[in-house]
Amino acid sequence: MAETHEITTASGLAVPPCAEPRPVDPGRLGQPGQYPFTRGVYPTMYRGRLWTMRQYAGFGDADESNRRYKYLLEQGQTGLSVAFDLPTQIGYDSDHAMAQGEVGRVGVAIDSLDDMSRLLDGLPLDKVSISMTINATAATLLALTVAVAEARGIPSAALSGTLQNDILKEYAARGTYIYPPAPSMRLCTDVIAWCSEHAPRWNPISISGYHMREAGCTAVQEVAFTLADGIAYVEAALGRGLAVDSFAPRLSFFFNAQMDVLEEVAKYRAARRMWARIMRERFGAKDPRSMMLRFHVQTAGSALTAQQVDNNVVRVALQALAAVLGGCQSLHTNAKDEALALPTEESVRVALRTQQIIAHESGVALSADPLAGSFYLEDLTDRIEAEAQALIARVDSLGGAVEAIAHGVVQREIQESAYRIQRQIEAGERVVVGVNAYQAEGEPPADILRIDPALERRQAERVGQVRARRNPAAAGTALRALEQAAADPAANLMPFVLDAVRALATVGEIADALRRAFGEYTAPSPF
Amino acid sequence: MRVLIAKPGLDGHDRGALVVARALRDAGMEVIYTGLRQTPAQIAQAAVQEDVDVVGLSSLSGAHRTLFPAVVAALRDAGAGEILVIGGGVIPAEDIPGLRAAGVAAVFGPGTPTADIVAFLSREVGAKR
Repeated sequence: MAETHEITTASGLAVPPCAEPRPVDPGRLGQPGQYPFTRGVYPTMYRGRLWTMRQYAGFGDADESNRRYKYLLEQGQTGLSVAFDLPTQIGYDSDHAMAQGEVGRVGVAIDSLDDMSRLLDGLPLDKVSISMTINATAATLLALTVAVAEARGIPSAALSGTLQNDILKEYAARGTYIYPPAPSMRLCTDVIAWCSEHAPRWNPISISGYHMREAGCTAVQEVAFTLADGIAYVEAALGRGLAVDSFAPRLSFFFNAQMDVLEEVAKYRAARRMWARIMRERFGAKDPRSMMLRFHVQTAGSALTAQQVDNNVVRVALQALAAVLGGCQSLHTNAKDEALALPTEESVRVALRTQQIIAHESGVALSADPLAGSFYLEDLTDRIEAEAQALIARVDSLGGAVEAIAHGVVQREIQESAYRIQRQIEAGERVVVGVNAYQAEGEPPADILRIDPALERRQAERVGQVRARRNPAAAGTALRALEQAAADPAANLMPFVLDAVRALATVGEIADALRRAFGEYTAPSPF
Repeated sequence: MRVLIAKPGLDGHDRGALVVARALRDAGMEVIYTGLRQTPAQIAQAAVQEDVDVVGLSSLSGAHRTLFPAVVAALRDAGAGEILVIGGGVIPAEDIPGLRAAGVAAVFGPGTPTADIVAFLSREVGAKR
């Protein structure tokens, strides 16, 4: 059959019929655990310790989510990852008009210290690391975690976990911003500064390409925009007077795992090498840990199909394989039913087992960076690096990531890529099994998770009860102090947020205090 | 044909909404996009102001059972009950009969070719005219 279009990777990089032999450049590869960390951040990689198996979970109320976490730990999961509902992420209490229909849907509803205590009930906070997907309200959710630990006699210094706290990609792709970029960057930097002093084992930010990739961008754009955001956060922290090696070792990253296995492996390797150079050459970091790009991976939700859902188990296995071959530090594997609804207990178990099979049966975890030296992979790694570097240079020329996002440049790039992919699928140039090829008729309905419709009312009542039973003067004083501190750019807001959550101020009230101080962001029309 | 593509509720996933908006525009329709975080009342108001024939709703957060019928009701309250309402997103098959009964003319789930949406609108809105 005649080829009607160029053969490329999923992201559009040209693929030769057979890669040309090439010499290995030791300076570009290094050894695992050594600069520039192309081959991994640790010398022994998974022989020393497997990646953390961390399934993103949360739905309904605190009690229900707590039960799911305990179930996952019983099934051999090794870290926790909390999904919050949209009202919690955007700073509305469960009884707010804007929260209608959204309470407990895409994650757990957390309104106050009362909810957080029940969410973390019986979980060993000093032993299991907790990752939290929270951005605009990240400071509040970190404060709630610290306050719950305090009440159990666990100091913040003993806590380990990760706060997503990456507001830039919210403007670019994910959409849970509240305030304009400048005060949002300040809040984010306050958290980084506070953690460097009080929670040294906590990753105060997870600089995320995942959502931009989900929104449709390519592998090259994912690397470039993520690292450009990383550069913006480092510059913001330096601008606050922090020394680079005091906070950079705790910066963490979050990438997608899409379907093109070798392109994804090359992507992770290219990102590691690029970040090492950026930190050493651009920012003058001296501590090797500042140069290590440690990252979480989630398999691609956008690659899952609502058609023939069992096929998604295979997709997730391939994506997870890429993440492991690429040297991730933690991994979430999606459940097969996520194009339909939140996953069931059964589908989540299969997703976790997928990781365990890769870890213990496949053999790919035995030796660090096992694909190094492959002509094809090394060439792909180099090309992703070169193209991503050119894109970062373009972002730099626009004044950096904050400016590029403010002008909608990043958003437009992502949307162009998304539309191109859709056109390719509809033209049959990109095959999606079960969707535009190998379709089946009359599929049986899948067994899906249902959120109790009465949950929203119960949660709204609960937050009302918390407001009724707390000391109103204490909560009011703490909220006023927070609002005043917000007006002083030199103040770190974390201690004020901590005081507010201890006084049982709610997530929505804290967000409102900051809305009064900072204003709200309205996105320019992307269309 | 004029189409308003809207994101009701708090969901920030707009890849689908933007791809559909662009495909409809490429098919010759006039398309307006509301942006994120619109209340049902805001969507109805925009639909009336822009004098559209169709409102397309997108939600991936599971709030469709509350928000889609609320948009239909808000349109009726605004005297614009004749505007065709369609929806898309992460919507389980078992929710579709309920949404249709509430006045959502069609639901287009993940994997739908945009050409199907174009064909549906041409047929439905064309027939009304």
